[in-house]
Amino acid sequence: MKQIVVISGKGGTGKTVITGAFAALARNTVMADCDVDAADLHLLLQPTIKERHEFRSGLNASIDGKVCQKCGRCIAACRFNAISDGFIIDRVSCEGCGLCSHICPAGAITMEENFAGEWFISETRFGSMVHAKLGIAEENSGKLVSLVRKQAKELAEKNNCDRVIIDGAPGIGCPVIASLSGIDCAVVVTEPTLSGLHDALRVIEVTKHFNVSSRLVINKYDLNPDMSETIEEQCAKIGVALIGRIRFDKTVVEAVVEGKTIMEYNDTAVKDDIRRIWEKLPS
Amino acid sequence: MIISVASGKGGTGKTTVAVNLALSLDNAQFLDCDVEEPNAHIFLKPTIKKQAQAYIPVPEIDESKCVYCGKCAEVCVYHAIAVLPGQDGKKGNTLIFAHLCHGCGACSLLCPQGAIKEVPREIGVVESGICERIAFVHGKLNIGEAMSPPLIRQVKEHINPQKTVIIDAPPGTSCPVVASIRGSDYALLATEPTPFGLNDLILAVEVARKLTIPFGVVINRSDLGNNKTEEYCSRENIPVLMKIPFRKEIAMAYSKGEPMVKVFPEYKKDFQGLFNTIQNGKFS
Repeated sequence: MKQIVVISGKGGTGKTVITGAFAALARNTVMADCDVDAADLHLLLQPTIKERHEFRSGLNASIDGKVCQKCGRCIAACRFNAISDGFIIDRVSCEGCGLCSHICPAGAITMEENFAGEWFISETRFGSMVHAKLGIAEENSGKLVSLVRKQAKELAEKNNCDRVIIDGAPGIGCPVIASLSGIDCAVVVTEPTLSGLHDALRVIEVTKHFNVSSRLVINKYDLNPDMSETIEEQCAKIGVALIGRIRFDKTVVEAVVEGKTIMEYNDTAVKDDIRRIWEKLPS
Repeated sequence: MIISVASGKGGTGKTTVAVNLALSLDNAQFLDCDVEEPNAHIFLKPTIKKQAQAYIPVPEIDESKCVYCGKCAEVCVYHAIAVLPGQDGKKGNTLIFAHLCHGCGACSLLCPQGAIKEVPREIGVVESGICERIAFVHGKLNIGEAMSPPLIRQVKEHINPQKTVIIDAPPGTSCPVVASIRGSDYALLATEPTPFGLNDLILAVEVARKLTIPFGVVINRSDLGNNKTEEYCSRENIPVLMKIPFRKEIAMAYSKGEPMVKVFPEYKKDFQGLFNTIQNGKFS
């Protein structure tokens, strides 16, 4: 069983469109949406939720106003400026470290378990899908990514699936790092812009840092063919091969608007571009 | 005044809006808080005058004082410390996993032996400089580093209240976004009129509401997609402050790192108008 993740560094380069197309091309695959901050894959795959679970993660401090002596030690000690002068905990700033609860001389502070989001096991017209919704302004997206991946992997093993295909998050931080462990191939999707080049090189460095093998895809390559060539060369220099270019076509947006993967939509050469990439992925 | 440019979805034009807005103002300071993938410097091409490594405090054990009692590991909710007690006359061991440490200071403060001191661990760099009249600051997270909020907070320490501060935020809805846009007087939410754009705009709106920051929307590539985004905004009484159509010439300039207002100066007055609308508080 192979695990493939689609990442990009820069947002909006086409990760979800491409992951959705892979879902349509795949047989016997579990899909996982690991962009738990701003998940979009469900808009193409329209999952029917079969199981719904709470994601409890981290702690939040809570001050009992009746016990609090207002000595101010907690305010002085908190590194996250999460306690106001009125001894109210700001739940958004609180990182749940618990320091305040340990040092409060009155024992007025307790730590409460934090409800940080939800995760789901669903069925789609292309097979099973594991996805999640992190609560607004929450932390621990990396932990939720790891949880989604663990569930997807177990499901794939149970059903003898060949692959887990993962829609990753933008950036290079905790959700991306969590989406890379144990991956067989990271597909780095970029666009022919200086920003796309800059961000692809950074996320490729991250894959190298964690010893994950990666391949390059340039989306909308014909919007700037020279830049596409530069990106291909620069990535080749650091040992990452281009496995495909996808042309710019407004029908891609039309398919998204209709809630379809591009593979299910009207004839467009984009489909062939993506099919050729799909055939080059490890199976 | 501090104006943040944010979005749930990536690639909807945050950097485009932030950069061109800053270039259209007289007295701007630009902070690129997308420290994972900072891009604004590609367009603003600032002359960097100062570089400062950014650190977070992590524990270091004084082996001569440590008695392997395990208190530090017990209080660390991030599992960044493990203590192996000594046995059969053998010395114990205290292991630090610095990458998991949030720098809360609980271990050092609560160690009964005073055996823990905090030492700085580098997580990235903050660079500052100047681009034409714009004061420029950005952060760059080190490769392999998971936690960006401490670095974002260090970028924001450079905020100059005398200036109009434009913050380019990272995509998403979680802690890096919160760290970036907190304390802003206004948030501009960039989106595109597609189901992805709308889904993630709704999430970004929830973030702005939770942080009680007044906000408005900029619709990028406004002619690609459908009108559901505008319908949503009008239903929710959210002002749509600007629409930028898809033009191959704009996309081409963007691809080469050329700011829109340099190639199409006519957009400058639109960005100035956008700023005036925000400043006059008509929509707050």
